[in-house]
Amino acid sequence: MTDVRVAGVGLTRFGSHADRAGRDLFATAAERAFEDAGVPREDVEELNYGNFMGALAEHQGHQAPLMAEAAGVRCPATRYESACASAGVAVREAVRTVAAGDADVVLAGGMERMTNLPTAEVTEGLAMAADDLFEVRSGVTFPGAYALMAAAYFEAYGGSRRDLSHVASKNHENALPNEYAQYRREVSVEEAMDAPPVAEPLHLYDACPITDGASALVIVSAEYAADHDVDAPVAVTGTGQGTDRMALGDREYLARTPAADDAAEAAYAAAGVGPDDVDVAEVHDCFTIAEVLALESLGLFEVGEGVGAAREGVTTADGDLPVNLSGGLKAKGHPVGATGGSQIAELTRLLRGDHPNSEHVADAEVGVAHNAGGTVASAVVHVLEVAE
Amino acid sequence: MSDGGAGEGGGTGGDGGGGDETAPSPTPITDADYDEWLDALAAGEGYALVCPDGHGSLPPRRRCPECGSDALSREPLDEIGRVETFSVVHVPSPRFADDAPYVTAVVDLGPVRATGVVRGVDPEGDAVEVGLSVAAGVEERETDGEPLVTFRPVDGE
Ligand SMILES: [Zn+2]
Repeated sequence: MTDVRVAGVGLTRFGSHADRAGRDLFATAAERAFEDAGVPREDVEELNYGNFMGALAEHQGHQAPLMAEAAGVRCPATRYESACASAGVAVREAVRTVAAGDADVVLAGGMERMTNLPTAEVTEGLAMAADDLFEVRSGVTFPGAYALMAAAYFEAYGGSRRDLSHVASKNHENALPNEYAQYRREVSVEEAMDAPPVAEPLHLYDACPITDGASALVIVSAEYAADHDVDAPVAVTGTGQGTDRMALGDREYLARTPAADDAAEAAYAAAGVGPDDVDVAEVHDCFTIAEVLALESLGLFEVGEGVGAAREGVTTADGDLPVNLSGGLKAKGHPVGATGGSQIAELTRLLRGDHPNSEHVADAEVGVAHNAGGTVASAVVHVLEVAE
Repeated sequence: MSDGGAGEGGGTGGDGGGGDETAPSPTPITDADYDEWLDALAAGEGYALVCPDGHGSLPPRRRCPECGSDALSREPLDEIGRVETFSVVHVPSPRFADDAPYVTAVVDLGPVRATGVVRGVDPEGDAVEVGLSVAAGVEERETDGEPLVTFRPVDGE
């Protein structure tokens, strides 16, 4: 595909922004992305914006024109919704648009406001990503759905709560130096083990927090970057998307995520790389078990073998394949509709060498981002490479 | 446990804080085919929609979700299902505020799997395991009396 570059990335701090409206959060992320890119706003030809529950959280539908205003761009603007993969699909469409030669500059990202809602309403809101008739009415919550997958995984392949606690502990440690992370404090394996249950076998520290935040990326063609003297050393060389049956119980596998398999296969094929080439990954760890499933779908571990990766030190910061050096959704936070853009922002920073954790991947050339919606009924995978 | 701010977990992880902030549930959507299926399950006559290739699904369906066939026939569910995976849910959604803790399970019923709540067991005990034999039915949610797909161990209580 045409050479597509990440010219700039912008993030808000992830966490509680009690006094900031969503439009203000996205404006901040966009401001930072333009500043990082050195691309003038008037060159933006499209805005692709991800958001999941804005109608519930802010009584605000039709958010795309609002966010175009907030970002200071005047161009076709579209909101993408794919649950927790909303920004992932928004970025993917930006990449495809530029790759197809339909635009040279696209602003992509997303925003979610969540902490202003009472906990019960957030729980209800997140459950909207599942099948209302056959899952939510049957008592499936968002953590409950991943708990069903975790229990099925343990049954099929082994693994334990302790393995998952290592994932939580690893990602919390990675978040420590990240200025954008919601939780910059260590969580020991024992602390995670001893936390109260949410939906067994998942306990409190297996779950990502409730987060406000926004992400924005300036995606450009390499030709535009060259012509305008824009420094954009990181290329998006592959994008892929997969879809599965909506309800977990309707799927062939209860402990695998074929939508992500499909997304990864397509992204790798487009990039002309394979799992063995990957140096660093940002994956969708809304729950600790989700990181395990992601590693296996990305082909970084064999099916049934990903669960021990953190405990064995393979995916830790100083391991052979660092995963979620940003802190992941787990510790960095998960503003649902912003997460897919945030992952690519973090991966870009890691590959450029200006991330606080870049030292752990100093020679990295290939990174992969994995963003999932619901219980991975939707999945988006991007391959990023150092091009210059 | 608190990190300040929103609090670790919150809705995805926190204990919900008692649920007194609960907003009324939205009016559920209705679908005649779904309601008919639920009534049949309640009467012990649960069925799946099955295409000529043997893919099972639950209504409403006009096409097989696996292959797109419109030749769907009603086939009875197995009388005894098998628990394939389960979770003890401690942090419920508002619609299940008074039901928690409860066991949610995915059960193989022959032509399809169904998801529901296991009743007739102590949720905090270890009575539920993968492979447990259960019978499917319909009971009321404790929170609001709405119908709920349930499973009870066949050797029961
Ligand atoms: Zn079929």
